[in-house]
Amino acid sequence: MLKNLRVTTSKYIDKTSRVSFKFNGKAYFGYKGDTLASALLANDVHLVGRSFKYHRPRGIMTSGSEEPNAIVQVNNNTALTEPNVRATELEIYHGLEATSQNCWPSVNFDIGGINNFLSPLLPAGFYYKTFMWPANFWEKYEYVIRHSAGLGKSPTEPDPDIYDHKYIHCDVLVIGAGISGIMAAKTAAKNNLKTLLLDEKNEIGGSTIFQNSKHVKINDQNSSTWLENEIKELRNIENLEIKTRTSVAAYHGYNYLLARENLTDHLPKNEKNKKIRQRLLKIRAKKVIVATGSLERPLVFNNNDRPGIMLSSAVKKYADYYGVATGQKNIFFTNNDTAYESAISLNKKGIKVEAIIDIREQSNTAFTKEAEDLGIKVYRSYTVVNTEGYKKINKITIMELSSNGQSFANQEKIELDCDCLAITGGWTPAVHLFTQSGGKLKFREKDQVFIPDLYPSDQISIGSSNGDFELDDIIKNSTKSLKEFLNIKETEFDNLEINCPKDKEIRNIWLLPSDKVLGKTKPFVDYQNDATAKDIKLALREGFKSIEHVKRYTTTGMGTDQGKLGNMHALGIIADTAGIKVGELGTTTFRPPYTPLTFGTMVGRNVGEYFDAFRRTPMNDWHIENKAEFENVGQWKRAWYYPKKDETMHDAVQRESKAARYSAGILDASTLGKIDIQGTDSSEFLNRVYTNAWSKLAIGKCRYGLMLNEDGMVYDDGVTTRLDENHYIMTTTTGGAANVLSKLEDYLQTEWPELDVYLSSVTDHYATASVCGPNSKKILNKIIPDLDLSDESFPHMSFKNAKIDNIKCRVMRISFTGEHSYEINVQANFGKSIWEKCMDAGQEFKITPYGTETMHLLRAEKGFIIVGQDTDGTMTPIDLQMDWIVSKKKYDFIGKRSLYRSDTMKEDRKQLVGLITDNPSEVLEEGAQIVANTNATPVAMLGHVTSSYYSPNLNKSIALAVVRGGKNMMGQKLIIAMENKNINVTIVDPVFFDKENVRLNA
Amino acid sequence: MFLITCPFCGEREQSEFKAGGEAHIERPKQPTELSDDEWAEYLFMRKNIKGVQFERWNHAHGCRKWFNMIRDTSNDTIKAVYKMGEKPPVK
Amino acid sequence: MKNRYSIFSLIKNAFSYHENWQKAWKDPTPKKEYDAVIIGGGGHGLATAYYLAKKHNMTNIAVVEKGWIGGGNTGRNTTIIRSNYLWDASAGLYDHALKLWEGLSQEINYNVMFSQRGVMNLAHNLQDIRDLKRRTHANRLNGIDAVYLSTEEVKKFCPIINTSPNIRYPVLGGTLQRRAGTARHDAVAWGYARGADEMGVDIIQNCEVKGIKRNGDEVEGIETTKGFIKTKKVGVVAAGHSSVLANMAGLRLPLESKPLQALVSEPVKPIIDTVVMSNAVHAYVSQSDKGELVIGAGTDDYISYSQKGSHDIVEGTLNAILELYPIFSRMRMLRQWGGIVDICPDASPIISKTNVKGLYFNCGWGTGGFKATPGSGDLFAHTIANDEPHKLNAAFNLNRFISGDLVDEHGAAAVAH
Repeated sequence: MLKNLRVTTSKYIDKTSRVSFKFNGKAYFGYKGDTLASALLANDVHLVGRSFKYHRPRGIMTSGSEEPNAIVQVNNNTALTEPNVRATELEIYHGLEATSQNCWPSVNFDIGGINNFLSPLLPAGFYYKTFMWPANFWEKYEYVIRHSAGLGKSPTEPDPDIYDHKYIHCDVLVIGAGISGIMAAKTAAKNNLKTLLLDEKNEIGGSTIFQNSKHVKINDQNSSTWLENEIKELRNIENLEIKTRTSVAAYHGYNYLLARENLTDHLPKNEKNKKIRQRLLKIRAKKVIVATGSLERPLVFNNNDRPGIMLSSAVKKYADYYGVATGQKNIFFTNNDTAYESAISLNKKGIKVEAIIDIREQSNTAFTKEAEDLGIKVYRSYTVVNTEGYKKINKITIMELSSNGQSFANQEKIELDCDCLAITGGWTPAVHLFTQSGGKLKFREKDQVFIPDLYPSDQISIGSSNGDFELDDIIKNSTKSLKEFLNIKETEFDNLEINCPKDKEIRNIWLLPSDKVLGKTKPFVDYQNDATAKDIKLALREGFKSIEHVKRYTTTGMGTDQGKLGNMHALGIIADTAGIKVGELGTTTFRPPYTPLTFGTMVGRNVGEYFDAFRRTPMNDWHIENKAEFENVGQWKRAWYYPKKDETMHDAVQRESKAARYSAGILDASTLGKIDIQGTDSSEFLNRVYTNAWSKLAIGKCRYGLMLNEDGMVYDDGVTTRLDENHYIMTTTTGGAANVLSKLEDYLQTEWPELDVYLSSVTDHYATASVCGPNSKKILNKIIPDLDLSDESFPHMSFKNAKIDNIKCRVMRISFTGEHSYEINVQANFGKSIWEKCMDAGQEFKITPYGTETMHLLRAEKGFIIVGQDTDGTMTPIDLQMDWIVSKKKYDFIGKRSLYRSDTMKEDRKQLVGLITDNPSEVLEEGAQIVANTNATPVAMLGHVTSSYYSPNLNKSIALAVVRGGKNMMGQKLIIAMENKNINVTIVDPVFFDKENVRLNA
Repeated sequence: MFLITCPFCGEREQSEFKAGGEAHIERPKQPTELSDDEWAEYLFMRKNIKGVQFERWNHAHGCRKWFNMIRDTSNDTIKAVYKMGEKPPVK
Repeated sequence: MKNRYSIFSLIKNAFSYHENWQKAWKDPTPKKEYDAVIIGGGGHGLATAYYLAKKHNMTNIAVVEKGWIGGGNTGRNTTIIRSNYLWDASAGLYDHALKLWEGLSQEINYNVMFSQRGVMNLAHNLQDIRDLKRRTHANRLNGIDAVYLSTEEVKKFCPIINTSPNIRYPVLGGTLQRRAGTARHDAVAWGYARGADEMGVDIIQNCEVKGIKRNGDEVEGIETTKGFIKTKKVGVVAAGHSSVLANMAGLRLPLESKPLQALVSEPVKPIIDTVVMSNAVHAYVSQSDKGELVIGAGTDDYISYSQKGSHDIVEGTLNAILELYPIFSRMRMLRQWGGIVDICPDASPIISKTNVKGLYFNCGWGTGGFKATPGSGDLFAHTIANDEPHKLNAAFNLNRFISGDLVDEHGAAAVAH
């Protein structure tokens, strides 16, 4: 028995295009232009969901983004599913499937509804007072609590949609395209300012666009007609961009705003494909005009949450904008005139209005008179004390208020039948964005609203978001503000003739009285979280005084609507109970985003391979072609090892290591950081940043340097080469390059500006192939035959310029493996060809490409450290037994002073040593802890294994480690305490192989 | 997100900059002559002001120049920027 | 004697419509003099007061709070609790706290909802693996439960993590501390406050400290917006604002106060049953009992007391979240906020005497103080009561910045706090 409640035509609904959709498995149809909420209401569906805590049936309450109740799961069980979507915002499309949330088995029959009967046991904060026994049972209680909490369901598949970011710079950003926003945008754009106008709805015009009262006129036209003409003109203005379905999420400092533009959610399923779903606009505006309007307040009374109880403005919008009657027996319940305006509009469409219940004693405006003239029964000074109807309201009970509004004039109760109760408690300016930006509010007693007071940046608020609720105030005050703000003399709105009813009365009662004791009633303040006025009073009784405490204790305002409807009532009830004024209490902080913001939108394109770009060397393709496995180091992809068919990593590394020691190996060392240093004070600069001395380094020579932090701990290392009198090239670790440069620049610019030194990062400019092994010289000789490679001319730790096939290169004879080796540096785009040339030349020597793992093994055999692996930010050069590199003569260098603090001078600090295992085939785990005995608890740890390998060249397991006092423990036995066993090790010198460095010159 | 005026490049997004902490802490000219206490004072102790602070910023993703900024740390209002070595334009 | 909280008291009170619950704490005006005053009514400060009263018989004491109790970082953090720290000193401190967490609800008769759902730390590169293994071994030898997990075991424990080897930061392994988990942050502050109040501690809210009065090298009292309070012992536990208070006493601290942000999603049904932290991509996530994904972002690099951070930090965190959990792309951010954390150069806290007699500081917890709340309170109370640190907080003294004996969790353990 589907009912069609589409009672009138509307220009915003395209009746020629029917849209079918499913709700809770059942097929319905609506029209293009409908939201899910309007389409459901047209089909007489009010019950949409269940509340969070008590699982009470809930219906559609609003017509916008403030909706607390009607939130649904969209496209359940598909990759496109989305939880907690507000039916009042969701535009229907062909194929839409929506389902109710937080109910089982169905929204009509929900087992969780039992919570409603248990509610006496579930006051605010009940969970803090119980579930503590037995002591270890919390996880079991929690399991049940967790499964009954939550609303919708998270997607379980990756998101097929794409998202985007866009930066926008504009002169003026106008937020909200109601009447004041439209005036602002027009004024700004016509005055040659690049203007952006945003609105969260699919159409602009706000609520004025469906304003139809004969009492509200601009220049003798209906205000809606006037606005339509304005909008027509607006569309033709240059300098102005209008974006609809665009919700401003956050207003940060310096007029930086984030907005979400929704591009495809309203499109039929087949049209969504491969289009950008949502775009995050990152807006930097010179000036911002906030015209976000206001939110209608509900009224707080017993059982004010049943399906069919809606905001009065929503009832009006569903009728006037969507052409949908939300009920056939409507009753309005109000404290202000807008309900009369809505009732008149319904009445004129032939939708029955049974009565208006008005808590005010009087109001005499054109609206109230017209309503009475139309024969609508008005109960003045009455309040609703109860509602009935489980899944939809069917009856209300009203009583006459006493003059102070806190009790009743008599005990008479009147029952009225209805199927929709439209409530309004006045209006709250939407100051969320204003306060997010750092704005300070002031409280206006007259109508109990917070309005903007102090602006933190170049912005204004206008219209009802600034507390102007009447059309003449809106237009006159907005015009005045705009002229001042934009510094213009006149606008086209200066002399409009405006008619609207004035002198409206308002009576504010935050918590309406009930004939029952409060404890027996359910006056909801936060609908979604089921927080009632009695919860708030309980919190106050228990000593929670600040609004933030009450909010947290009762969860008021913590739902997906973030308290857009109820926060003011919470404040009001607290203030009333505590006997202070709302203005003194202050408001809670409004936190971004204004409405929930999709993670995907925040992330935009920064997903998958664009999450964080890889850096790849010029030889990368060669490594891939040659089946290298890769290791991520810093941002780089580095060849880790090159397994041949069926080889394990261990096999490959053993093979590569041997080849490098006994014939020739080649390593892609392009990722090492390279900093070009020039200037007449370059040597002095190096003296200050490295621990060792640099003044006497001859041109053409290389030197290893260790760099400390100012706290004396090893920071980075690398070889620096003196290319010329005033020209060096420094290498850094792969991961440390950017930080080293930035640290050096810091010292240079801020501490030593007198030094004539210039630094440039040239890491990406060069490709580096490192050829090592006994045959490296022969290979070099083949590719650079005219270069004198004799030890006399080109000794270890020196460099030469050379040319390979006319390509300029720098050749350094330096070694990280302990073998005779050369690093060939060429301009990056020749990297691959030089690499291949080395491979060709080395073929006869079975030159073997090796990766980082083999490099690590080879250097460990030599006892060379890797900063970041053998050091961890707590190691001094002395700890590393590298005293030789710390100049005693130099007056100062970065970190020197810290080496002489009492702790850094201690003899028993952790020091770098070598370890060998009793069982030579047992390879230690890197990170394993070293102890002297395992009997005590806790076990005293002396240090840990930093690097560990099976050395193919020594045929045994070797390791580097740091051990407390290790320097003086050579030959001592210690234990590696593993989970299941102890491994016996002996402390040895960290140089395992070729201590005399004969191979360097071999 | 601040909008920072680099003294060399003009107005740029905060994301181009790196903060460098309190300004005008000069590195001691003769560190070795300081006591452990004095050295720790230089190395670690900071005013960490709530209010108007003189601090260092680096236009890291721009001209790479370090410069000074005067900013109210209680509300993040930038009062002024000035080059290294220059006198602060406001107190 | 207050109402004892239990299911029975709930039932009993239901019959009187919960009209008869007593105040969880009073709202006293400050006395002229106390034996000790704690500045800062967050979890740590309230816990300090609780243990001073409970274990050291100091009941003539007050906690003064500028705003409302638990309104600072206690109420703003992502509530991760774990003790799997690398260094002995840290492990001792945090595991002491963890042990107190384990009986806390019963101890203070307030359900702090300590949920030992486990905390995983992920490794994304070879050095991460070394660091996490090193830490796991150290934890085990220090008597702290910790296991190293392979990628497959990570996936098994938390199936929604993207463990594909082809992502930018593939999951190469991880560690799991099963005793670790989360707790309800507000409840910790409220529970300690209620407990302390019951033993006679004055909890004074909306009372801002304007000065710390010294007589030479001794503390005499504090100037507040509610007047001068005389006391010989002042314990400062005012995360974020520690330096501001130190300046009042003429001290400087090795701290910088920086913005730290966090966010929650809209609530959904249970989807992640543990806490997962990844340092390399900087993302940590858990799910609150209410169903919100609770996501911690990083700190900004500048000093600020504005309780706001930059958008880039939040965006970067969500980038990382979607890298590891692509299924969350259509989830929505409900709320984001910022706090102020004071950070020590070695990323370890200070629980210490100062060179002013009677002035004690508990600060520098950086981004990880919540987990230590009970332990920090207990040890700080010990330090204040005895004018000597407990052996568990001896290493966390101020002198370490002079001697160089830092507890460098920062440099050493590649693990987020």
